[in-house]
Amino acid sequence: MAGWVSRHGWGLSRRRWVSRHGWAGVPTRVGGCVSRYGWVIRHGRLSRRGPGAPSPRPWPGARRERDPPRAGPAAPAPLRDTASLSSLQIFINNEWHDAVSKKTFPTINPATGEVICQVAEGDKADVDKAVKAARAAFQLGSPWRRMDASHRGKLLNRLADLIERDRAYLAALETLDNGKPYSVSYLVDLDMVVKCLRYFAGWADKFHGKTIPLDGDFFCYTRHEPVGVCGQIIPWNFPLLMQAWKLGPALATGNVVVMKVAEQTPLSALYIANLIKEAGFPPGVVNIIPGYGPTAGAAISSHMDVDKVAFTGSTEVGHLIQKAAAESNLKRVTLELGGKSPNIIMSDADMDWAVDQAHFALFFNQGQCCCAGSRTYVQEDIYHEFVERSVEKAKSRVVGNPFDSKTEQGPQVDEEQYKKILGYISAGKREGAKLLCGGSPAADRGYFIQPTVFGEVQDNMTIAREEIFGPVMQILKFKTIEEVIERANDSKYGLAAAVFTKDLDKANYVSQALRAGTVWVNCYDVFGAQAPFGGYKASGNGRELGEYGLEAYVEVKNVSIPLCEFSSNICCSSKLSLYLLVWA
Amino acid sequence: MKKQGSDSNPVPVLPVLPEPLKDLKIKYTKIFINNEWHNSVSGKKFEVFNPANEEKICEIEEGDKADVDKAVKAARRAFELGSPWRTMDASERGRLLNKLADLVERDRLILATMEAIDGGKLFSTAYLMDLGACIKTLRYCAGWADKIHGRTVPMDGNFFTFTRHEPIGVCGQIIPWNFPLVMFIWKIAPALCCGNTVVVKPAEQTPLTALYMGSLIKEAGFPPGVVNIVPGFGPTAGAAISHHMDIDKVAFTGSTEVGKLIKEAAGKSNLKRVTLELGGKSPNIIFADADLDTAVEFAHIGLFYHQGQCCIAGSRIFVEEPIYDEFVRRSIERAKKYTLGDPLLPGVQQGPQIDKEQFQKILELIESGKKDGAKLECGGGPWGDKGYFIQPTVFSNVTDDMRIAKEEIFGPVQQIMKFKTVDEVIKRANNTSYGLAAAVFTKDIDKALTFAAALQAGTVWVNCYSAMSAQCPFGGFKMSGNGREMGEYGLHEYTEVKTVTIKIPQKNS
Repeated sequence: MAGWVSRHGWGLSRRRWVSRHGWAGVPTRVGGCVSRYGWVIRHGRLSRRGPGAPSPRPWPGARRERDPPRAGPAAPAPLRDTASLSSLQIFINNEWHDAVSKKTFPTINPATGEVICQVAEGDKADVDKAVKAARAAFQLGSPWRRMDASHRGKLLNRLADLIERDRAYLAALETLDNGKPYSVSYLVDLDMVVKCLRYFAGWADKFHGKTIPLDGDFFCYTRHEPVGVCGQIIPWNFPLLMQAWKLGPALATGNVVVMKVAEQTPLSALYIANLIKEAGFPPGVVNIIPGYGPTAGAAISSHMDVDKVAFTGSTEVGHLIQKAAAESNLKRVTLELGGKSPNIIMSDADMDWAVDQAHFALFFNQGQCCCAGSRTYVQEDIYHEFVERSVEKAKSRVVGNPFDSKTEQGPQVDEEQYKKILGYISAGKREGAKLLCGGSPAADRGYFIQPTVFGEVQDNMTIAREEIFGPVMQILKFKTIEEVIERANDSKYGLAAAVFTKDLDKANYVSQALRAGTVWVNCYDVFGAQAPFGGYKASGNGRELGEYGLEAYVEVKNVSIPLCEFSSNICCSSKLSLYLLVWA
Repeated sequence: MKKQGSDSNPVPVLPVLPEPLKDLKIKYTKIFINNEWHNSVSGKKFEVFNPANEEKICEIEEGDKADVDKAVKAARRAFELGSPWRTMDASERGRLLNKLADLVERDRLILATMEAIDGGKLFSTAYLMDLGACIKTLRYCAGWADKIHGRTVPMDGNFFTFTRHEPIGVCGQIIPWNFPLVMFIWKIAPALCCGNTVVVKPAEQTPLTALYMGSLIKEAGFPPGVVNIVPGFGPTAGAAISHHMDIDKVAFTGSTEVGKLIKEAAGKSNLKRVTLELGGKSPNIIFADADLDTAVEFAHIGLFYHQGQCCIAGSRIFVEEPIYDEFVRRSIERAKKYTLGDPLLPGVQQGPQIDKEQFQKILELIESGKKDGAKLECGGGPWGDKGYFIQPTVFSNVTDDMRIAKEEIFGPVQQIMKFKTVDEVIKRANNTSYGLAAAVFTKDIDKALTFAAALQAGTVWVNCYSAMSAQCPFGGFKMSGNGREMGEYGLHEYTEVKTVTIKIPQKNS
């Protein structure tokens, strides 16, 4: 099982707090989140507030931040109310269930390494229950199947409203469980979640079939029908956002869902389950199972009654999913996997902006982005200046308690990732890359890593080929445009790419030449629900978001009806046989 | 397959009908420009009446050319490059439209009561149908705002080509009195979701709900100048819009007569884009194999809904010979069941016609029917001693050459004709200058599909009538109009396609 690692949670089955010492570097300001914010473990289920706690305040001005990171309206201080985190359960049929095995697993605050609470551990038996519930909700004539498409849109909009209402709470939960800075959770993740759901709400009654001018006397049309029971396995790096990316298109098109959330970050997804029920989705339409990859995840991908599986995570596990689908019922598969995305800086680019964006492209979300710009190719004549400025920028990055408003970088999600990243840093040093800053843990507890920059990286080094998924930047040198295109494309991945240049011809040429599902020109990590996202090559199959994202969630049914002279059955059958003859 | 209405397939649940507001106050009587309320430049006002009792409701500022000019200036400013409206995210336009839908939902009772008093519309219909349609239409268009995709085009040569779907600009929108609020929303929602600015002229008979919407548009947060509402008359304010040199597009819903004037004015002025949704004389064809109860009911509703004041009214009912007498008998029975009266009262099924002019025109057409030899089966005259009420009227033995079979009556007057063969009825149904809607009732799939193809109409219903929703495009063949409203098609009328071609050093697939 050594291969079942990483961010979607196919990882170690248990982890424990390991004390660390002797780390140099950034003094820690981490710790005390659990007690400070009063998260307590109680029996029952996840609820927004504990008894006697003040109501979460709606934050003035928090409703809509355009372009949040730059426009800069401050996120409200995290809620201080006594939120009650219960021993969390499995959500099936709009009800809460213990695991059939009665097992639980701990979810851990990566800023401290401490256990936040216990969560029911779903496995095959729970997946079976959830699939049964989903299948029942998908029966012909069920409330969900009979519902007007516009009403499905209304429910998704209502869910977005509820998330907006509970935005501060959800953002805090996300930060507690994942470690990302609270300001980012609140301003970026939650903003994108709400917009994504609203975007797909709008699609519900607009994904049109076609009428088709078929040869012969036929009336021919297509219906875009939901695929059915969709298994969705989501990662820990953007728990809420990945949930919205999965739920939005699936529900807009009328599917039912069995979702497995990452074992590192189950909390926010389970809270959303409450909101799904509150929004009025019928029972069984959305079922959410916290659990591990090799057990619950594998049960979904090899299930004989799941019609489609969508997975976001590592390429390694993507292979397993596709294989499981093939070996079971040939369920449809969409995959959004790893990347080693090239970011090409031409010498004519705006230097300030390029340095800024290249830094953001790599370090955003602690480097835990599948589309991280982890191969920064810089043209020879500006290489030294670019490296120098990038190091300066990395050194000034504030690492610390993710609930602190000044913090730009929190901890990595778990110990396994943390160790893996430190391993890559060692490999980089060993293979001869030049460590320019960072390179070590950044605190004496919690999974913090210093912002790290490597210069003089060569294409064949491990750190230039493998996905590190951490705050480790690789800067490479190139001379010509042809050379850099060839090197940029020389990767098994093809998720994203970027080019920085002021030259229109270069921009057009490079953006056509790069083998990647997303190309950014003079920008990075520009995401919106409207724009499709997905990978070439081993970075995935299919696209999420945009109109394209709906395609993975519908079956196209073609209906043909003979047009005959009025009700003459003889004519019908004779014509029909004529057409059959043509085919034979 | 369970029939609708059975336990396992219940009919949709409508919201509970409240009582109409007793103390409705008319707060908004002025011209709405730049999110502010203005008196008319001329200082003139006009009176608005309740058609159920002919009493004056209030006076409204009367917009004319000078006011239209002011409104167009405001709309043009709001549309300038770099303005808040032009730089707004498309998704934010959608959010504003959703917000507007929320506000309409909040004020549903006020708006429905106002619509009933101003337009003589049954309160129950206004509350359930009209307001329901308004809210759904706003939400539908809200969803489109960030989904109006341009394309990249594989052009020959070393070029990169893409299209942008840009808003047209300042759109003049002239709306009718039969569905004042629904038509207002049908016009502004697609225009706004595509990013246009608008100058709307509501009908002089029914300006109240449109002006109230002005206040909600401001409250929702649309920037000043994006929506401007100028109440007034057709020959003055309406003509000023259609002749205006700085209006980029005009959309009109109303009579075919006026539709011609609008198009002419556009041609004479700046060749503004024109979309028209005009009159109809829609055929409704009933075959002997149809479910007779269903057919009678739909044919009845298809004509008598909202006092017959629908452009889609099924005003030529062609019934197959073997069932003709029975169909006529049942239709009369159905028409006689009506309770006329104050549209605010529960139990009332038919309100007044909109105004004296319409009232007299309808009575005159009824007389012509009698004179031309049609058989008056029931109704045929006014009802009550005040208000513009007309008895539900049914004519049988109607032939194609009679005026009542050719002209749009726009009143509660049903014409029933007889036919023998499929070919005959197709010819007769299409033998009109109109082509708005049509319907066929039959259980035979082949007949249904044949008529779906053969009828010259923008909408064809099979075994139903008046089934409309925001997702479906609507508009006319022939002289029933130009262009389509609603659905994705409706958006095309509010965008200009811009092709951008960029020279590139080398093309690759």
